[in-house]
Amino acid sequence: MKISRRHILVLLPAAAVAWKHVLAGTPEDAPNYKLSEHWWGMLIDIPKCIGCGNCVRACQTENDVPDGFFRTWVERYHVSDYHLENPEVISPDGGKEGFPAVKAGEEGKFFFVPKMCNHCSDSPCTQVCPVGATFVTPDGVVLIDQQYCLGCAYCVQACPYGCRYIHPTKKVADKCTLCYHRITKGLTTACCEACPTGARQLADLKDPKDPIHEFLKTHSVQVLKPQMATGAKAFYNGLDGSVR
Amino acid sequence: MSGLKDAGHLFRFLGLFVIAFLVFWLIRGYVVPKSFGEYGHYRGAAITDIANHPVKFAGHQACEQCHTDIADTKTKGAHAHVNCEACHGALAQHANDPTSMTPVKPDSAVLCARCHTASAAKPKGFPQVDIADHSNGLPCATCHNPHSPVIGSDAKTTDAASATAATGGAK
Repeated sequence: MKISRRHILVLLPAAAVAWKHVLAGTPEDAPNYKLSEHWWGMLIDIPKCIGCGNCVRACQTENDVPDGFFRTWVERYHVSDYHLENPEVISPDGGKEGFPAVKAGEEGKFFFVPKMCNHCSDSPCTQVCPVGATFVTPDGVVLIDQQYCLGCAYCVQACPYGCRYIHPTKKVADKCTLCYHRITKGLTTACCEACPTGARQLADLKDPKDPIHEFLKTHSVQVLKPQMATGAKAFYNGLDGSVR
Repeated sequence: MSGLKDAGHLFRFLGLFVIAFLVFWLIRGYVVPKSFGEYGHYRGAAITDIANHPVKFAGHQACEQCHTDIADTKTKGAHAHVNCEACHGALAQHANDPTSMTPVKPDSAVLCARCHTASAAKPKGFPQVDIADHSNGLPCATCHNPHSPVIGSDAKTTDAASATAATGGAK
């Protein structure tokens, strides 16, 4: 068969379309993110937290969190030597600008606990939503569809960790998305990116190469309020029993 | 047939039910988004909507593509695992188009103190100083290179660029 000019004129655009399709498959053009290949969680290493508040500020910048509201915050615990049953917990402005000084030799022990949405797999907050506006994604992140949310605040009351709030101007529920817009692009969350000591680490539990698996083998981790059986996926290392 | 003779009102009633159901079905089809129920009892497209939010922290990989000299200094120093934007702030805009904005140099008096101010609440072994005592009011960068802060560390003596940065802070 002789290839005529007509053949080439037909074939060239077809080839161009095919090549564009090939390009679209490369990670730069369109990340091939598959929901079924991930199961996200977070590792929080309490002995590494210095209470600098970088995570809180980074979260507010990345997600336009309004002032006075927090998707993540840092608490400082003071467990007294004499009254272990009543730890004193402070979190001035979510720990955004640090904490008041503690003199060396002060009685009791002090430590910081970063808090955030636990992205529970059996989440109480998603179960109470009357309109299906909040849900657990197939990759294990609890999200809010703010177009659907009525702002009834059932979920705010249902969260045992106090991680939700009603957005003051949007009047709908708002919370940590585990930086879903970042982790689906291969980036880590803003709080993990900004943490100077590695006290927070994003973990993909379905990825066998994720360092979390090695960590879990060699450390004893705990979740907050395990008795509530929420299937929390914010795993705390070195968590003191006094933390609520 | 005599049983159905007086049943006309029942069929009219049934007709009303069928019409009401069709109207409900039509409205429901119009109101409920197509992706509702794709993964569960929610709008599947919401996942894509949230995934499309703009990114503000570029990530250290993006910084290291251009600023290879700083990345080299950093890998040898005590701040090797501190990501760029932990101190410099969110810079995706700069990473996407370096001419669109220039990052402001952080004020070392505020920045360093955030992490390194001594407090009994911080983990033992984390380097902490009493800021007022430690520097006599001099900016931290007078003596320390923030990218490799240990004084006299290899990175500092071999890296001319970072030495300039350190003296720059003293001006």
